[in-house]
Amino acid sequence: MNRIIKFILLDIVKNKVVLLYTILLAAFSWSAFGLEDNSTKGVLTLLNIILLTVPLVAILFATIYIYNSAEFIELLLGQPIKRSKIWCALFLSLCFSLLFAFLIGAGIPILIYAPNDVGLMMLILGSFITVIFVSIAFLSAIATRDKAKGIGISMMLWLYFALLFDGLILFLTFQFSEYPIEKMMIGVSMLSPIDMARIMILLKLDVSAMMGYTGAVFKEFFGTVLGTIVSIAILFLWMWIPFFWSLFKFKHKDL
Amino acid sequence: MTSLNEQTMKQSILFLLIFISILSEGRTIRVGPTHEIKQIKPALSLSSQGDTIIVEAGLYQEGNIVISQSIVFLGEGMPIIDGEKKYEVLSIKANDVVVSGFTIQHSGVATMDDPGGIKVYYSNHVTIIDNYLYDNFFGIYMQCCKNCLIKNNKIVSLGKEEQMIGNGIHCWKSDSMLIIANNISGHRDGIYFEFVTHSVIWRNISTYNIRYGLHFMFSNDDSYFTNLFRGNGAGVAVMFTSRVIMINNTFEENWGDAAYGLLLKEISDSYIYGNHFVKNTSGIYMEGTNRIYISMNVLQSNGWGMKIQASCMDNTITNNNFVSNTFDISTNGSLVLNTFNENYWDKYEGYDLNRDQTGDIPYHPLSLFSVIIEKNPPAMLLYRSSMVMLLDKSEKVLPSLTPDNFIDHKPRMHALPL
Repeated sequence: MNRIIKFILLDIVKNKVVLLYTILLAAFSWSAFGLEDNSTKGVLTLLNIILLTVPLVAILFATIYIYNSAEFIELLLGQPIKRSKIWCALFLSLCFSLLFAFLIGAGIPILIYAPNDVGLMMLILGSFITVIFVSIAFLSAIATRDKAKGIGISMMLWLYFALLFDGLILFLTFQFSEYPIEKMMIGVSMLSPIDMARIMILLKLDVSAMMGYTGAVFKEFFGTVLGTIVSIAILFLWMWIPFFWSLFKFKHKDL
Repeated sequence: MTSLNEQTMKQSILFLLIFISILSEGRTIRVGPTHEIKQIKPALSLSSQGDTIIVEAGLYQEGNIVISQSIVFLGEGMPIIDGEKKYEVLSIKANDVVVSGFTIQHSGVATMDDPGGIKVYYSNHVTIIDNYLYDNFFGIYMQCCKNCLIKNNKIVSLGKEEQMIGNGIHCWKSDSMLIIANNISGHRDGIYFEFVTHSVIWRNISTYNIRYGLHFMFSNDDSYFTNLFRGNGAGVAVMFTSRVIMINNTFEENWGDAAYGLLLKEISDSYIYGNHFVKNTSGIYMEGTNRIYISMNVLQSNGWGMKIQASCMDNTITNNNFVSNTFDISTNGSLVLNTFNENYWDKYEGYDLNRDQTGDIPYHPLSLFSVIIEKNPPAMLLYRSSMVMLLDKSEKVLPSLTPDNFIDHKPRMHALPL
């Protein structure tokens, strides 16, 4: 398995897209911190960039890469290797390369400009988001043989998590504005890893308006040790469920 | 020789003056463990108009002490007068009384007759200076007084619930009061004014009180300068009042859903100048206020810089700095009858081609999201989400849901040096 990972990693590095992604993230991060006069504002600016670009690149690059390595996978299947090993190796090497790009590109400026718990939280959650969206990419790539359709599904999923989901929440809050829905909103926010990451970082930042009643309810949950453990567990679920589902499908697929 | 003569002359004149003053202004009575008079009450019954009573250090537990003559009542070495949690400690029922240098503690608790550490009834020209009031129900209570001075007192209590504690300095139906350089914490309201006119509140520090740092009701023609209000349960409230002047005060760290740096309700013809509003849930909250001039203030790091309800009219908000607030402005309606001009908004993204230090395009300080939040607080969940930012940006370009006359025509390019 290690040899497969090595092989795929080498291929990804040759591809140069990940390198470009690293440079892009670095440029965003350095300029975000350079333009804002204090590190908190820099973190806030970077937060939006990270929550948009990281999932987009992760899901698109992973989906396209899986489709492009279809022949390579078929070749490997001819060898006496377990199917799950091939799929896991592909997953691990994609995660590893994208995580590496994220930690080099955004991690270094964050650690230099915001070396506090907020910066650390940002790095951890950015890494989670990367892995989660690679995992979702695996699911959408295995869902269909048609490449255009698969990439389409990936893009739709990204659009859904990054933008549409928030619109849906806004709609829901207006529909149920007569009811005390603050506690329910915590549950709803867990249906999108991007939203969860954003709320967790904002609460760490102590942004003043979050201190209103709604903010207090969120803080009561996400601010406690139990809340943190639960939300990290949910993020792990987001990582594992799509991937295991895709692994199950891959094992039973007639290639 | 001549100089010596001059000196003796001067000395004899001085002695003469002292002699005259003793004759005219009464005696000095000393109270203390080493003196003939060991308690305050006998000394008070011996004294007459114009006397001075000096109380030496010690603990005095004598129930309710009533001063009913114009005397000077001084403490030496901060003697402690204790109310044993049963009595009102010191009651003043005479004009021209001076109380200074005492520690007054443990007054009784009663919601019917509101006992205080020091309570002044229907008196004029009372002076209360340099006292330490600890764990009293009300700190200093002025009832129907005129021309009184309350200065340099430290007033501390340990209130836990609003119902079980009174106010630090409570003035009711008074006039021409001077409240200067007091330090108040742990009471219900730090300073409370009801029907108090022509008074000045200057250089006080009111922190960590349970309800308001300063609470104003029906008190016209008052001013407060250079006070600090920090960490109070609900900030500062000014209600049902005309002609209030607020200059150079600091309102800090008043957190909570119903906490405001400064709450203005039914205020008119007032002036808010050079104040700092820092780290409050809402910097200024205005409801039913008319003809207020708000200028040269700094509103920084608040959740909401200013909440102006649609019931406000003819207010002028000019030359203020709005810096790193989550929302600069929010309102609950579409009616705008107030003027915004020449403020500095750190969220302004316009340009200044003619270099006159004001932006060339007007600024809409009201963001769509703040309107949404006003109607629907749980939507706070979406704060800083990409979709909300998209909505905000498009709303800034083409205001459709927010009132388009909510506008600063001359936004500043640079912050005012405040």
